[in-house]
Amino acid sequence: MDGPFATAISLIATADDALLQIIGLSLRVTLSAVVIACAVGLPLGAALALARFRGRGAVIVLFNALMGLPPVVAGLLVYLLLSRSGPLGSLALLFTPTAMIIAQTVLILPIVVSLTRSVVEDLWAEYREQLTSLGASRLRAVPTLLWDGRVSLLTGVLAGFGRASAEVGAVLIVGGNIAGHTRTMTTAITLETSRGNLGLAVALGIILMALTLTLNAVAWGAGQWAKGRLG
Amino acid sequence: MTHTRRFLLSAASGLALIAALPASAQEFITVASTTSTENSGLFGHILPMFQEETGIEVRVIAQGTGQALETGRRGDADVVFVHARAQEEAFVAEGYGVQRFDVMYNDFVIVGPSDDPAGLANATDAPAAMAAIARTEASFASRGDDSGTHSAEKRLWAAAGIEPVGAWYLSTGSGMGATLNTAAQVPAYALTDRGTWLSFQNRGPLTISFEGDPVLFNPYGIILVNPERHSHVKAEAGQAFIDWIVSDAGQAAIAGYQVGGAQLFFPNAQ
Repeated sequence: MDGPFATAISLIATADDALLQIIGLSLRVTLSAVVIACAVGLPLGAALALARFRGRGAVIVLFNALMGLPPVVAGLLVYLLLSRSGPLGSLALLFTPTAMIIAQTVLILPIVVSLTRSVVEDLWAEYREQLTSLGASRLRAVPTLLWDGRVSLLTGVLAGFGRASAEVGAVLIVGGNIAGHTRTMTTAITLETSRGNLGLAVALGIILMALTLTLNAVAWGAGQWAKGRLG
Repeated sequence: MTHTRRFLLSAASGLALIAALPASAQEFITVASTTSTENSGLFGHILPMFQEETGIEVRVIAQGTGQALETGRRGDADVVFVHARAQEEAFVAEGYGVQRFDVMYNDFVIVGPSDDPAGLANATDAPAAMAAIARTEASFASRGDDSGTHSAEKRLWAAAGIEPVGAWYLSTGSGMGATLNTAAQVPAYALTDRGTWLSFQNRGPLTISFEGDPVLFNPYGIILVNPERHSHVKAEAGQAFIDWIVSDAGQAAIAGYQVGGAQLFFPNAQ
């Protein structure tokens, strides 16, 4: 037997069109979800760190708890929302990559919000006097604090990326694993496992891990470079 | 505040990247079907022919029959293509489907460990084979998921007059392939459609233990989701697919699909 590593290498070497398409879709869905979750989650997390309002503690606990939301539950909620019989059915988004991006955003957002809140809270405690003496209000301090915390925040963003790229429960329900349309690395692995093609399933798993490893190495390298250059 | 600008700029460019991604403009229909048709590779064989002829792309979601009919009920598919006759007729009677058409059939087989601990080789018919498994308490892996195969299994137990309970009866609650993976490991008997079995790669010690009883006949039907119930259903394109699959061309395409030299599905449209 050739073994899954050999299968993985030959799959990459032949640059199979279907495989490239699956990899492309996986990256597109997960990276889009990460970008949206950051666009919403970074300001939201920072606001949660600095603002003082009734029920703030409850909101913080809620976001922390949502980090443990099972992907299949997130998928089911988005499914019921986007189904033709659901409240947003007229948008015709179920079984599309957009639906998968929405589901993964729901999964990542709590991680980004909670981690940003924690990082910004610590920085604010540390630099509060300095920033206020320079005349910065809480609101105006947000971008500075986010920028100062960027290396720590990157870890949170990578955790979000990892959660989204590894999950199968949500994208399977809202995407439907349609060949050439909504089939990602993880749903393809599930499908090949169910067909008894365990070698091919493991090979796809190896490729997915190689991609994740590369992306993390690049992010870490960038973080180190930024640290060295900007102090 | 250059940081604000930098932050907004990167967020905006990220969103622009997503918006710029191409959307497919081609006409398509969504078909909710079963794991047996998708996993066996049948759709990979016949759908390109249909697309070539009509230009309509068919997007298949492979689910158990129960879930596929639910997808149709909710209006999330244009066509359902499944194999559990009683459930299909109920689907049409309730007004969710327009009309059921015969398409093809294959048959179920009982697979199990090659040493045949329950002695299925001596069984005279399928209910007797199931009774032998229950009597000897040999392990049996059930789909347990309201799929067409699970419905067929429940009919066999009922015909044998047996309520399957006990440590030997494993309800996996998963698809056909996952259930066969489980059966290969235990090892256990399992009821499977022949198509999935023939294209299944991870058989381990499993082999066909019982086959050939006419009650194991497994007919597939195709139904257009009722546009009167869900106005967005692509009735014209969906009906075009149904018309094609019951036509001579579609039936010949089904008959022409082979795995390892064996024909998997037998067309029977009228």
